[in-house]
Amino acid sequence: MDTMPKWADIVLIPLINLLIAFFLSGLVIWAIGKDPFEAIRTMVAGAFGSTDGVGYTLYYTTNFIFTGLAVAVASRAALFNIGGEGQVMLGGLGLTLLLLTVDFPHWAIALPVAVITSAAFGAGWAFVPAYLAAKRGSHIVVTTIMFNFIAFSLLGYMLVSSWIKKPGGVPESLDFAETVHLPNFHDILAPLGIEFSKHAPANISFFIAVACCVLFFVVMWHTQLGTAIRQFGKSEGAAIYAGVSPVKITIIAMMISGGLAGLMAVNATMGEAERLILGFSEGAGFIGIAVALMGRNHPFGIFLAAVLFGFLYQGGSELSLWMGIPRELVIVIQALVILLTGALDNMVRMPVERLFLHFRKGAN
Amino acid sequence: MSVETQKGRQDTAALTAPAPAIELRGISKSFGPVQANKDIAIKVAKGTIHGIIGENGAGKSTLMSILYGFYKADKGEILINGDHTDIPDSQAAIAAGIGMVFQHFKLVENFTVLENVVLGAESGPMLRPSLSKARKLLTQLSDEYELSVDPDAKIEDLSVGHQQRVEILKALYRQADILILDEPTGVLTPAEADHLFRILEGLRAQGKTIILITHKLREIMEITDTVSVMRRGQMTATVKTAETNPEQLAELMVGRKVLLQVDKAPAKLGDPILEVENLSVVDGDGVERVKGINFNVRAGEILGIAGVSGNGQSELLEVLAGYGKGTGTIRMNGDTLDLTGTKSDAKTRRKQGIAHVPEDRHAEGLILDFEAWENTALGYIDDPAYNRGLLMDNAAIRKDTEEKMERFDVRPPNPRLAAKNFSGGNQQKIVLAREIERNPDLLLIGQPTRGVDIGAIEFIHKQIVALRDQGKAIILVSVELEEIFSLSDRIAVMFDGHIMGERNPADTDEKELGLLMAGMTTEGA
Repeated sequence: MDTMPKWADIVLIPLINLLIAFFLSGLVIWAIGKDPFEAIRTMVAGAFGSTDGVGYTLYYTTNFIFTGLAVAVASRAALFNIGGEGQVMLGGLGLTLLLLTVDFPHWAIALPVAVITSAAFGAGWAFVPAYLAAKRGSHIVVTTIMFNFIAFSLLGYMLVSSWIKKPGGVPESLDFAETVHLPNFHDILAPLGIEFSKHAPANISFFIAVACCVLFFVVMWHTQLGTAIRQFGKSEGAAIYAGVSPVKITIIAMMISGGLAGLMAVNATMGEAERLILGFSEGAGFIGIAVALMGRNHPFGIFLAAVLFGFLYQGGSELSLWMGIPRELVIVIQALVILLTGALDNMVRMPVERLFLHFRKGAN
Repeated sequence: MSVETQKGRQDTAALTAPAPAIELRGISKSFGPVQANKDIAIKVAKGTIHGIIGENGAGKSTLMSILYGFYKADKGEILINGDHTDIPDSQAAIAAGIGMVFQHFKLVENFTVLENVVLGAESGPMLRPSLSKARKLLTQLSDEYELSVDPDAKIEDLSVGHQQRVEILKALYRQADILILDEPTGVLTPAEADHLFRILEGLRAQGKTIILITHKLREIMEITDTVSVMRRGQMTATVKTAETNPEQLAELMVGRKVLLQVDKAPAKLGDPILEVENLSVVDGDGVERVKGINFNVRAGEILGIAGVSGNGQSELLEVLAGYGKGTGTIRMNGDTLDLTGTKSDAKTRRKQGIAHVPEDRHAEGLILDFEAWENTALGYIDDPAYNRGLLMDNAAIRKDTEEKMERFDVRPPNPRLAAKNFSGGNQQKIVLAREIERNPDLLLIGQPTRGVDIGAIEFIHKQIVALRDQGKAIILVSVELEEIFSLSDRIAVMFDGHIMGERNPADTDEKELGLLMAGMTTEGA
């Protein structure tokens, strides 16, 4: 018997976790002599108070949806893909090679090809650890971490010593052509008569991310492939009994995961920077783990968690800009949220469960 | 003299009937709306073996968990040796002299016997003195109670029977006077079970009190002094074992008359469905588990495969079901099956007309976290009836599940309930419904009634016989000789990867099969 109604598990507990995290963060801010209420006002205003802020928040949100979904697909198959970071980088590399070699007349033609290419590169990068795990039994956590380092070095080499490098001292690629500039929210909303900041980086990729959430849901719960992935994730023995091939499912789940991570490059590299920058992933591959954890590996939860982390990223940078709160402290706040919602989940869960049991008994 | 008399008069009651080792008064416990224990009263006399029987879900385990401090009773009192005792956790239970041997052992696999015994009961911060003290005690206990185990063997290298002895030793090391055993013979071979009973008798002779929880009537009759019957959270009767019989106990357990024997018409044999020639199976460690066996099964026949577990039966089932590799020839309806290549998987086998009720329904037959309807689709997600175009037709699966649940009397008949929330018998019915209703030519069925209550056993046996009477072939693997006898039309005995012989159940008895199971042929004897 389930001890708690579903809504408590999905909404109430993350909310309580979040409040505790904010409370602790408030204490930290208060301890360094700043006003915590002022800080939260600054964060909210910075993230949601202007179309500029919203544009940045949604840009980060888009990144985190991709990496969060990536982690979730693997988790549903009981695989821990910690290599999102590397898969994002490879997605960016593939995208850059594509956009620097092929002349696209219009972004609308470039976008589908770019989506396929970055997903393919991300998936390809995930394939190697997946193959090694499925066929040779190597530990997927270890191999995917290693592949992050390899990806970083590969990107470094490409951006320092190869033909895609931009002349000059910065490790960046050549700029993409003006024709493949993706419409940002300003471009999209202007025809509708809605004013939106010209400079905010949120772009059409956001809708691709939302579509991926929907697709994730449909595939995972309404197709044979998704069902097989979940069967394998919940019970390898039962999956084998059912005729699901562990090798196949491990490889497919990891490649979907890598592909989703690779898609982040469409947002960050093609949509925002319009060139490949070393370290463009900004740790989003790792944030994806927290997002998936908080979102309970469910696309709707992941969407909400991605918005939250988008808010923390954008609001956090405002905090250091306007209140003189050091950047490191912003990371502390983010870490507290991850700690409370992820690692210490049971701390809140158990007392809440007991509370529900208590009330149930009272009702009988 | 007069003083003694006076004292005697005061304590007459206490003298004639010494305080029971355990007395429970009015114990109640509910989980949400489910009342697991209702106003339970029981007295367990010192130095006796007291059986508690009841179907799965009757509340036996809850009651013992309260006694061992895992749960707190909502109401009621616990008296140990006549003293009111509060048992908030297992430490308190151990302090009160209670030891528990769980159905699923709580041992550290890669620790030695000695380390497992000492774990959690170390006498100081340093391990070595504890270990040498424990070693001495262990040797002493081993001699006293026929509990011999090598103290330096690793748990993972021990047989199940020996692992259970370690659990008993753990309890004795913690100076338990009261030993609770939860379904102790579920995993044991007949010989191991007999040995366990000798150990328990030895313990009783030393004045220990033993509570034996089981649903096997035979064990109750064989070893207990007193037996209490539980049904739906209540204690329905406590009787002296000598004054009762299995039929009466079964009726008390289930609440109605139960058929302990299976009624079946003589088999109408058809063509051979499955022919196995020279089949060998080598496991992942390179050990040959099945060694060149030959047999066949015909339509309308139940072939029972008897044997002590671990003699190749599981591997045989796995190869037949498609997820174990083997060498040799298997023909199904005349077609040779692929035993090693790309067509040797469970999905292909299902298409070839083989259905499979696996031995371990928790690890293979079901996904416990999944709802019943998702489990009904396990192995059959590519069924056209379950799909509409690219998408799965979940509504159709749920409807199909609801109908199956009704036909197989699964309770509660709710397809949205997670598999883990069904009792063992109802879980097994979900698996059986899924496999039998596929109308397979051959049904493989392993330990069909392991952990299943009596009422459900009757139903499951009927379903198996009904499938046979439709002219299907069935291979039944079971470690329960009784089950093999009552269901099989032909019995093959496996030992050490060989088939020791085939017998007609009418022409053999438990003794002969027991010898074959132990690897002895009867020709010389």
